Amino acid sequence: MKKSTFPDPFKSSRANNGTGEINDQNDPALMLFRHKDVRKCAHNWKTFQSGAKPGRIVIPSEVNIRDVRQIPFEVDPPEHKSYRELVEPWFKRPLKDSYQKALRKQINIIIENAIHTNTVDIVSELALILQSRALTLLLNVPFEESKTWISWGTHVFRSEETALDASKANILYDYIDEQIEKSIENPGEDLYSVLLNAEIDGQKLSKEEVKGVMVLTFAGGRDTVINAVTNTIAYFAEHPESLDRLRKSPNLLKFTIEELIRYFSPLTQMGRVSTEDTKVCEHAVKKNERISLVWAAANRDPSVFEDPNNVILDRKINPHVAFGFGVHNCLGATHARQIIKMLVETLMEKVENIEILDAKENIEDLGDFKRKVGFEKINVKFNSK
Amino acid sequence: MAKVTFITSDNETIKTDGNSGNIMELAVKNNVNGIDGDCGGVCSCATCHVHVKPEFWEKVGEPGEMEQDMLEFDDNVSDYSRLGCQIPVTENIDGIVLNVAN
Repeated sequence: MKKSTFPDPFKSSRANNGTGEINDQNDPALMLFRHKDVRKCAHNWKTFQSGAKPGRIVIPSEVNIRDVRQIPFEVDPPEHKSYRELVEPWFKRPLKDSYQKALRKQINIIIENAIHTNTVDIVSELALILQSRALTLLLNVPFEESKTWISWGTHVFRSEETALDASKANILYDYIDEQIEKSIENPGEDLYSVLLNAEIDGQKLSKEEVKGVMVLTFAGGRDTVINAVTNTIAYFAEHPESLDRLRKSPNLLKFTIEELIRYFSPLTQMGRVSTEDTKVCEHAVKKNERISLVWAAANRDPSVFEDPNNVILDRKINPHVAFGFGVHNCLGATHARQIIKMLVETLMEKVENIEILDAKENIEDLGDFKRKVGFEKINVKFNSK
Repeated sequence: MAKVTFITSDNETIKTDGNSGNIMELAVKNNVNGIDGDCGGVCSCATCHVHVKPEFWEKVGEPGEMEQDMLEFDDNVSDYSRLGCQIPVTENIDGIVLNVAN
């Protein structure tokens, strides 16, 4: 198997009964694997809510390590709408020319550096740095802040031994508290200040609400972006012909970006809590029980995607759910798409080929299912054009 | 060359013309409010939802199966809903008027 192959561990369960179960710290969740079920339940926020106890819709559950409610992520309509409308324009800034220019410059420097280094671990020496620097643009804070975030390492919530580590999570929460206080004293043009100044129905956001948006922004786009960047580079290392094809037909790039995101599905799943006794895919779900929307499984559903386990560079119809679906679809998607776009464009321009020297896979343990989401480490050598 | 008119949800009328690509791309190029085209036109984001004026429905035609599935879960769906990214800009649609759904 090629190193950039990401198998589909849900294939037989999706075909047989469409579901699975994950225990997750004695708060089990019914996993949904079929594209149709996943979309239907993601759309139905009345029955399958996000506004449960903070941390509970995340799998593995974060209820034991987090009290702060992530906003708008863990809020349901109608309140959700006001929060989302408030933050949406800010998170669409990556569409602006000036933002793209700055991001392109950052990525250029990173790839240039990689070309001039003998061996690079993409995860810790490239993707983490790229993700952190790009986040300074999304937050509109000084570039220097990225150094602090890089020093936290690849996992903000995990340590080597455990999947969830409260002391590591507290580093992030304390940092955000500190930044909020700084912005209160010294308001600027950054996201903290914008949120502190914002009003919903004439009411200023509380510090707790501002923190909720910031925690979401930091946590939601860290492992996901790091994996997307790493996996994209691994893919092109083993598929130089794809890079060639894109050079010849750059108009395919818009399809390629979506296809890579579908194939990698950096966020495997997201939970919901049922507000009533109901039934999904022939399974009874009781009030207050959890379901899991397994985006990664839906994205390999052969009833929707022809040849689902291959990257088809020019897949033209691609209704993937890698950024979720429904009112809670990914707030950072615009930023993420720009990162992948500019990364691929930079590789097309500067890189002749990439050699993978060695790699250690990052396998998510989902009970009955083991899913490769990325790499713990992947050493490569970039060769310039 | 096809002339396409967009009417946004705040009732702004934008007249455009084009001869290639699709309706989503045409709208983005002309800064039509309410059409984002986040996914670049692969039928994944449904941010290019338009209502075709009934008198032009035959020119534009029915949505495909995947497109219909996307629209099924959109809150403002009507009998004349289409995703702009799935409507090619050709002479066949010259003169159509589209209401932006969001």
